[in-house]
Parts: sequence; C-alpha cells; structure tokens
Amino acid sequence: MSEHPTDSLVSISDLTKHYGSKIALDHISLELPHGRIIGLLGPNGSGKTTLLKLMNGLLVPDKGTIFIDGAQPGTATKACVSFLPERSYLPDAMRVKDLLSYFTDFYADFDRPKAMSMLDSLQVALRSPLKSLSKGTKEKVQLAMVMSRRAKLYILDEPIAGVDPAARDYILQTIIQDFDGEATILLSTHLIADIEKILDDVIFLRDGKILLSSSVEDLRSAQAKSVDAYFREVFAC
Amino acid sequence: MPWTLDSDRPIWAQLVERLKTQIVSGYYPPGSRLPTVRDLAAQASVNPNTMQKAFTELERTGLVVTMRTSGRIVTQDTGRILQARAELASEQLEQFWEQMGRLGFSQEEIWALLNQKKEKEGGHGHE
Repeated sequence: MSEHPTDSLVSISDLTKHYGSKIALDHISLELPHGRIIGLLGPNGSGKTTLLKLMNGLLVPDKGTIFIDGAQPGTATKACVSFLPERSYLPDAMRVKDLLSYFTDFYADFDRPKAMSMLDSLQVALRSPLKSLSKGTKEKVQLAMVMSRRAKLYILDEPIAGVDPAARDYILQTIIQDFDGEATILLSTHLIADIEKILDDVIFLRDGKILLSSSVEDLRSAQAKSVDAYFREVFAC
Repeated sequence: MPWTLDSDRPIWAQLVERLKTQIVSGYYPPGSRLPTVRDLAAQASVNPNTMQKAFTELERTGLVVTMRTSGRIVTQDTGRILQARAELASEQLEQFWEQMGRLGFSQEEIWALLNQKKEKEGGHGHE
C-alpha cells in the first residue's frame, strides 16, 4: 500500500480510536523494531488493551494506520502475530489436548513438541478439561500455547497478572528462554517491578497518548531509579 | 533464583559486577566455559540483550574470551584475573572508606577500629 519504513516490524501512524465520545487512543505514532522485548505500561484506562486489540484487528481504527511486517492487521498478520488476550477466549469444555490440535490446525507456525514439553514442565495433564484447571494454571497453559508459535511478533496482554509470584518467574523465564533475538515481544502490564528486568524498552501510555518511549537502561541511568519507581512518580494520583 | 539487583542503577553494570566477582572468586575458573547468554539471562531473569551487553563488556576488558568452537570461556590469563580482583577490592575499600566517613569516623579512628577487630579475630586463632 502506501510507503512505510520497512526496517521496523511494526509501524503505527496517527492511530486514533474513540468509544462513543470518549477518546481511547489519541493520534498515536510508534515504530517497533525487530528483536526487542517491549513493555507497554500505563494505568487502567490508558489505552493499552485498545492498542493491542487494534494491532490484532479485533477493533477498527477511526483514523490512522498500523503495519505489521508490511501488512495491515488481517489474515496475513494473524499468521505471524501470536496474541495472548487479556481474557480467555477458550471454551471451558475443551481439553488441553484439544487445544493442542486447535493450535496445530490454526497456525502453521505452531511448534507442537515445544508446547508439549512446556505443558509437561507445568505438570498439566493433556486429558484435563480446561474448566478443571485453576485460573493461574489456565493462564500458564494459554501462554505456553501462544509462546509455542514461531511468530514474528508476540502480543501479550497482561500475561502475568493472574498468577502467583513463583509462576510469574516461570513465565518470565519462559519468555526469556524462547526469545530468539529476531521476534519482538510486546507485553502490557501494570506489574512493572516484576517485569522491567526482562524488558529492552518501555512505552508509557496516559489518556490514550504516548507519554514516553525509552530503553529501560537509558531510563534507569537518566532517572537513577527503577522504571517501577519512575512510573509511580509519573502516575502518582 | 533470579539474581538480586539494585533498582536504581543500570542492570548491565550490575551483571558485569556479579560475573566479575564469580570469575575472580573462582566460581568460574580460568579457561572454563561460561553458560550461554540465554541460559544466564533466564537464570538471572533479565533480558538477553542486557546479558549480552554485560558479556560484551567482559570481553572488552579481557576477562572473557570468545572461542570460535566452544563458546565463551573465562580468560586463561591469571594475571588479568588477579588485576580484576585487585580492582574489585579497591572499589570495596573506597566504598567502605566513604561510608565510614559518612558516619563521622576519621582515618585514625577507622585504623584503630580495624586494629581492634584484628586483635579480636586473632584471638580466635585464624591461620
């Protein structure tokens, strides 16, 4: 279509979204490079989930464009973007092994042996129906599925919010170990302290606008404090 | 176990310090093979690019050497390791000096304290 920088994996320009009269995203422009782990941070209602949904084609923008690997959100991008939504979309009656077949059918880049080994280390029985799993285990299973795709872009909406600290460490280690240096991971969270060590870059959203976009190390050097502490300062109520 | 890191300083510098200490103390002996960036990053729960940056710094300073076939090893140059050991010790001493100064101790008082401490510990039959 139109011209856009090709060295970025994601190129967002002038993106705007309203819900009724309320503006959720306010003329956002953003470039995401390859091979980075990027944190999308902001208080509740700042537009994080809206942005992620737009990137996955689950919402249509009022204005502006999104290009992921050269294509606008749609069939082409779904083949190379692995998305973990904030809420589970999986039917409770499904068994874990059905989920494996489902991902195998849907995604050409799904690495089934890898998913099996992750489920094994999480000690999840393949025969278990999803409804028999605790909320935390269900989240881990879904993340295992999403991370077992060989995608170019992983979009994780609040991947660690619902799990205990030990499982959080496991999830973060999974993210690090799978990170191949080519793909980019964009994850939203408000649990910054737990996650900032694994991030390359952070983007702060406030009221649908980008307040700051920086590398974690630059921010820590410049502010002489953690991203978490800085976030608390910026968004102090 | 994620490594403990200070929140107010860049992470890569802390990784360098930690790895340096492990080399100097012999946890990673001279010539030994180091874990991969990815494994160490997972172990420390830090971003692999950050761990890579720490390794690059260790290579730059000659403590770590990249071998074409066997990954990264600790240098076999024990002189270089001893030098790093001396550097770390001198940093520790400077910090100690500074902290004691903040507590209001003069140089003489610090020496007196150290001597007292030495006599006490000497009584326990060190060596």
